[in-house]
Amino acid sequence: MTDLTAGLWELLFKGVWVTVQLTVFSAALGAFVAFVVGVARTNRLWIVRFLSGLYMEIFRGTSALVLMFWMFFVLPVAFGWQLVPMWAAVLALGLSYGAYGSEIVRGALAAVAPAQQEAGIALSFSPWQRLVKIQLPQAWPEMVPPANNLLIELLKGTALVSVLGVGDITFGAALVRNALGESAPVYTIILVMYFILAFLLTRVMRAVERKAKAGIGQAPQKGQGVLRKLTIPRQADAPSSDLSKSAGGA
Amino acid sequence: MSAEKNPSTAANGGTNAAAEGSELIKFDNVTKRYGSNVVLDNLCFDVSPGKHVTLIGPSGSGKTTILRLLMTLVKPDEGTIKVAGEYLSHEERNGKLVPAGEKHSREVRKNIGMVFQQFNLFPNMKVLRNITEAPVHVLGLGKDEAEQRARELLEMVGLTDHIDKYPTQLSGGQQQRVAIARALAMRPQVLLLDEVTSALDPELVAGVLDVLRDIAHSTDITMLCVTHEMNFARDISDDVLMFDAGRVIESGAPEKIFTDPEHERTREFLSAVL
Repeated sequence: MTDLTAGLWELLFKGVWVTVQLTVFSAALGAFVAFVVGVARTNRLWIVRFLSGLYMEIFRGTSALVLMFWMFFVLPVAFGWQLVPMWAAVLALGLSYGAYGSEIVRGALAAVAPAQQEAGIALSFSPWQRLVKIQLPQAWPEMVPPANNLLIELLKGTALVSVLGVGDITFGAALVRNALGESAPVYTIILVMYFILAFLLTRVMRAVERKAKAGIGQAPQKGQGVLRKLTIPRQADAPSSDLSKSAGGA
Repeated sequence: MSAEKNPSTAANGGTNAAAEGSELIKFDNVTKRYGSNVVLDNLCFDVSPGKHVTLIGPSGSGKTTILRLLMTLVKPDEGTIKVAGEYLSHEERNGKLVPAGEKHSREVRKNIGMVFQQFNLFPNMKVLRNITEAPVHVLGLGKDEAEQRARELLEMVGLTDHIDKYPTQLSGGQQQRVAIARALAMRPQVLLLDEVTSALDPELVAGVLDVLRDIAHSTDITMLCVTHEMNFARDISDDVLMFDAGRVIESGAPEKIFTDPEHERTREFLSAVL
């Protein structure tokens, strides 16, 4: 490998930290947007459904990169205030990935058995209580696997911010490349860095998924390795058929 | 409602301010259509407090629709329903009868509990919380009081050992007994039973029916029951209503209906199911 000096390595590692920050902040904003918009799309009032649907279509249908440029270059002209590049990026990524996420939330809510709503009505829960106590907790385990996908997309999507001059991994890599005049080692290294980040993210989301499933009485699956898949599950662990029927609802 | 401790007598809130007439449930010319299909046709009937009424009849005859109307899961197209003297799917505003808002329906509905064919326990809550959640967050009961009541009810349905399990860890029969306890925890005046044993394995049916018999005989709760368990219906009912095509074609004491029905259609139906 070419001689990456300590200073150059430092550039890359600083970039990793910025990428992690970008991912976490955008994911937080995105999750908030996803829940608000996703729930609004199941609202009884058509106007609420319409507006949330409109939001989803607009932000899903526009490029995150262009949105980022727009936040950074057009907003100051239009409204007279300038966003720091970092926050322009978080806003653009959070709003557009939130639009994708809202579909995950909506779909998972729709997958909750309608009979659960009826049981909630029979116990005189208010619509809000039914949403918070019954529907969302049951929809949550359904949301985690697709949310994992989206998070990884988001992680990789943060590379867009380098064009605004935010010092993320990709930006750091460009600097290192200029310094060394070589592309192959640098891009190979950051490829691996992104992969490691994505892998760690997946491990975290797996843990979240196990916990979510345990929360609806589905025993956490321990050890998902190849060996586990090759062994026959013990009969005692499996709930009998009439139970799984009821869990699925009528 | 009174705050009696004993779950078996507490199930019925006692005589409510309802007593303008003697009836607790009153259907007045109720019609319900799905498209061009008339499910209930100008139905009139009432149920006095403490009575156990069983609805029988072929499927599609409108029995379950009656329970769903009472639970405000569907709304009548014509006619009115009163529960404990209050309009259910209507409310009076400036002397006019208008479709009820969500809040009004919810208030009247608090008098009514329902047990479903598919149990419909909340899989995200353990057994205890399934039972205490509504009393705490809908009736505003203290947590300790609600748990105390839940424990008494679980003892009554024989599931004290399963208090800390998730519904998916219980058999169908156990789940249904929890569902019965959950409905009773709200101390409704009326308990609706919608084919509560139809989804159970045959050997689990008896346990659930025993619990219901116990409730029917030891409390003064009003029951409205849709079932295909004719022996059970005969045991617990004060009245049996035979439905066909959205109308009550025959009604009376179970001894009469089951042994000497007057209507040809009733005879046909009973010979098919008995």
